[in-house]
Amino acid sequence: MMFRNVSELVERAVSKKIPISEVMIEQEMDVTGRDRETVMDLMEKNLDVMEQAVEKGIKEGVKSHSGLTGGDAVLLQKYIESGKSLAGTTVLDAVSKAVATNEVNAAMGTICATPTAGSAGVVPGTLFALRDKLNPTREQMVRYLFTSGAFGFVVANNASISGAAGGCQAEVGSATGMAAAAIVELAGGSPEQSAQAMAIALKNMLGLVCDPVAGLVEVPCVKRNAIGASIAITAADMALAGITSRIPCDEVIDAMYKIGESMPTALKETAQGGLAATPTGRALEAKIYGVPLNKK
Amino acid sequence: MKFKSVFDIIGPIMIGPSSSHTAGAARIGRVARSLFGRKPDWVHISFYGSFARTYRGHGTDVAIVGGILDFDTFDERISESLKIAKKEKIKVKMTEEDALTDHPNTARIRMGDEQGELEIVGISIGGGKIEIIELNGFELRLSGNHPALLVVHNDRYGAIAGVANLLAKLEINIGHMEVSRKEVGSEALMTIEVDQNLEDSVLEEIEKLPHIIKATRIHE
Repeated sequence: MMFRNVSELVERAVSKKIPISEVMIEQEMDVTGRDRETVMDLMEKNLDVMEQAVEKGIKEGVKSHSGLTGGDAVLLQKYIESGKSLAGTTVLDAVSKAVATNEVNAAMGTICATPTAGSAGVVPGTLFALRDKLNPTREQMVRYLFTSGAFGFVVANNASISGAAGGCQAEVGSATGMAAAAIVELAGGSPEQSAQAMAIALKNMLGLVCDPVAGLVEVPCVKRNAIGASIAITAADMALAGITSRIPCDEVIDAMYKIGESMPTALKETAQGGLAATPTGRALEAKIYGVPLNKK
Repeated sequence: MKFKSVFDIIGPIMIGPSSSHTAGAARIGRVARSLFGRKPDWVHISFYGSFARTYRGHGTDVAIVGGILDFDTFDERISESLKIAKKEKIKVKMTEEDALTDHPNTARIRMGDEQGELEIVGISIGGGKIEIIELNGFELRLSGNHPALLVVHNDRYGAIAGVANLLAKLEINIGHMEVSRKEVGSEALMTIEVDQNLEDSVLEEIEKLPHIIKATRIHE
């Protein structure tokens, strides 16, 4: 039986005394008929791609075809090295690595969708920043992706992970919740605390619209991944401190779905509203296409 | 539940920038190519909803043509696909449609050559996952994640049992199955998702059964 919601996921982990990542691995083996080694290897390939994208973004710096994004991950790394960071090294490192991933994506580089390409920065960004702090094994890093995947699986089946269907809350919002839950497991927290972290993180992403300038996965997507990464770490810390969400995780996910349903089409990946429709947004669009999309 | 695998969530590995508008589009194009079974001479792609508004910015156009050229989501040739199609003498036409569709990311692909034509409607439902919802006028629901068998048949009793019995005899397991027809007693379509790729001989045997018009397949 596949878990249908977060409470079933947590219940299964608690009753079998296994981590969330193990529930996801076992279910994947059951559903696909693949053995453990194959499933773990497939996920490690995803991890390799994420690592390469992060490295490329923070070291080489990339520029998108439109010229709208690129180079900010490098700026952040230099700033961290200066020792003047206010938010602290781990948070800012996660932010820069999330930015790195999305800059590579915008430049049509190779990335792994987590859960989508537009929101691909948050999960790897937080993971590779925490690697330096928590020194996880390679297997623990692969498990981080299964834990993220388990929570994303519930969101995808009960709400949405598509900006066109549910707005940015469904993409960067989901990614932020997924990362928060995985951080908790990596840091040694309980399955219940993972669910709390997801709820706290997603609550702070509710209502976020998908309004990309010129329809490109660049502005504001790259910076939303940046702030998503910082929220994920903060939400995980809150859950690990013992703070709980008054609204249960499954109800937060349901609220996200309903908000997405009532969100106007202009704010769901159509480049018709929000930041895309600002004077500067329209001017950038006209510069890129030669003509604004709304005057075609 | 629409999403069954963790790799629908963590994955696919792909060329940016958008899982629904780039990777999903490439997959829709590739399923069309796989069903057509050969390189087409001409392709007409209609974009609806968010696809119609933003396809150029997301590279949906190069991705869907890349799929039609049989490129996977991570194939770096995707960014050059329009040029490659031109070099291979495939005529490509794209239209932005105003009509409202049930799903915001919808594409209709028509393709053909001297031997025949094919028309499919695909939707990109998020994270690179797609469904094919229409094939040559038949409604269906095909994920493209599993090998599948598509059988056009006359809407008569026994047609479905014949195919199911043959698959059982060949020890081929059915994972998911749907039947769709345009009207009672006319042509109908069986969509059968199976666990392994199918040999040519299986298709030939199916086409010999009573009431069967044509069998095609999609490989994993």
